[in-house]
Amino acid sequence: MARELWKGNNAIAEAAVRAGLQAYFGYPITPQTELLEYLSARMPELGRAFVQAESELGAINMVYGAACTGARVMTSSSSPGISLMMEGISYIAGTEVPIVLVDVMRGGPGLGNIAPAQSDYNQIVHGGGHGDYNAIVLAPASIQESVDLTYEAFDLAEKYRAITVILIDGSIGQMMEPAEMPPMRPLKTEYPDWAVRGMVEHPGERRVLSSIYLDPPDEEAANLRMLRRWQQVEANEVRFKGYYLEDARFVVVGFGSAGRVALSAVRAARAEGIPVGLLRPITLKPFPVKALDELAQRVEGILVVEMNSGQMLEDVRRVVGGRVPVEFYGRLGGIIPMPDEVLEEIRRLSREPLTQDGHPRDRWLARMPRSN
Amino acid sequence: MVMLDEVVVYQRPQSLEECATHYCPGCTHGVAHRLIAEVIDEMGLRERMIGVASVGCSVFAYNYFDFDFVQAPHGRAPAMATGIKRVLPDRIVMTYQGDGDMASIGMGEIVHAAARGENITVFFLNNANYGMTGGQMAPTTLPGQQTTSSPKGRDVETQGYPVRASELLATLEGASYVVRRSLHDPKNIRMAKKAIRTAFEVQVRGLGFSMIELLSICPTNWGMTPVQSLHWLEEHMIPYYPIGDYKVHPIVAELKI
Repeated sequence: MARELWKGNNAIAEAAVRAGLQAYFGYPITPQTELLEYLSARMPELGRAFVQAESELGAINMVYGAACTGARVMTSSSSPGISLMMEGISYIAGTEVPIVLVDVMRGGPGLGNIAPAQSDYNQIVHGGGHGDYNAIVLAPASIQESVDLTYEAFDLAEKYRAITVILIDGSIGQMMEPAEMPPMRPLKTEYPDWAVRGMVEHPGERRVLSSIYLDPPDEEAANLRMLRRWQQVEANEVRFKGYYLEDARFVVVGFGSAGRVALSAVRAARAEGIPVGLLRPITLKPFPVKALDELAQRVEGILVVEMNSGQMLEDVRRVVGGRVPVEFYGRLGGIIPMPDEVLEEIRRLSREPLTQDGHPRDRWLARMPRSN
Repeated sequence: MVMLDEVVVYQRPQSLEECATHYCPGCTHGVAHRLIAEVIDEMGLRERMIGVASVGCSVFAYNYFDFDFVQAPHGRAPAMATGIKRVLPDRIVMTYQGDGDMASIGMGEIVHAAARGENITVFFLNNANYGMTGGQMAPTTLPGQQTTSSPKGRDVETQGYPVRASELLATLEGASYVVRRSLHDPKNIRMAKKAIRTAFEVQVRGLGFSMIELLSICPTNWGMTPVQSLHWLEEHMIPYYPIGDYKVHPIVAELKI
């Protein structure tokens, strides 16, 4: 298959189709809507299920129902819509049925705007829905990576009976890049032993799926079972990409578009002779703890770059544990940082005496302009 | 001496588990469960059934019906049923929902499932209050009716009017069969069973959305004996919620059942 020019949202939709997507349920919201539009034509063309739901609540519960049959199922939305889906996300997690969820993040809080942001990090990575649960969170930084991770997301979801989230910002959803599509997989014909498909498919065995464990010891046991399964995810599925780390004395940590902008800045800094590298987490959950821990033992300073007010920053600080100074640079509200801005932060990191006093967010905020 | 052969003329339907339920004494959920299970048995649908339980008194319906089930978030059963039916169109998918679940928090899901003509069957149990949480005002609570959250009686000036769900859904083009029946006496119970049969026939034949509203009693939360409750239903609920066929698509009307 040749490389073709693909828009991010369309590319994710087609990659899901090729991964064997059997049903899609969604609701329009910018900057995600092309995903829904693309599948509204593509799924019926292939005889697969597509419904434009009445709301994100409707969509996630249609996904929940379809997931209970063991089908490969996906929905997509953007930040405010994801908030609405949180009820269903918690139920899906509690029922241990696999789904793929795409969040094309936009500026917030509230209605916010439709420009790219990474401000759903906490909501997606650290929960959002009620109760104890963990979801696998994949953060691609290009269209090709979005395609590859979407293609794989269904396998991960099924392997661990987990929600797998493709977390991108609006710019990755909207921009076009060359990408190569994977081959079309056949639709699945065999279903796991928990799938509710009517006794006609599992004669003599009645199946029930729910997220209710009325007896507290049963609920605790279910939580422990899910947690032990999550340990397997942590042991096997951590992904990240390192750039120029071998001799790095400074390291930038950024994911998605922010990581990509940071890479341009790191290259420019290298051209100036600054020994800086980049750690770009691909799985935000499980977080690349070991890789960061190893860097914290040998670098002199860490700069976290995000399109939010420092949400991943707290995870980085937790791993670094005060061993080396951490600085932060963020742009908010739908603004993508320019490489020059990040380059200036790298220069500052390598040039100025670093401090462990106070919080990096406060130091960053002091540098940001006051508008009112 | 002549030995007469014993013939079983009445027994527990296969589609109903042999177990005690958590429903209160006198509650009509048991009657509704039995009618649905009888029809499923008679039509030979049990192996193809997938039920969607809701939140409310019928939250544990999956423990009582003896076929595949899933359990939905509050009000979302029609959306879950949609997801199931769209990937398994030859299964028979039903939801079983109370009035708080379907006509309040789940109003969006039920209206749009009906508007889409989703080929599912909805059983809507209307007992004019939230039973599971202890008898609060529901969207179906009658004007003046006392509940734990309308202690002086439902005041329509501040708490609005009850929702007639069958009449409302009947306005939607996608709805093929929408009727209201009652479970307060044997005649009405027999009428309810016939309607349940028709609703499943509609789904089996792919004729679209069907909903059976079943007027039900809640002796515990109404603070009455079961017999008093049956009379109260007849005297107070039926005038506001008349028994009748609110939407019968012409093709459904031609079905010989």
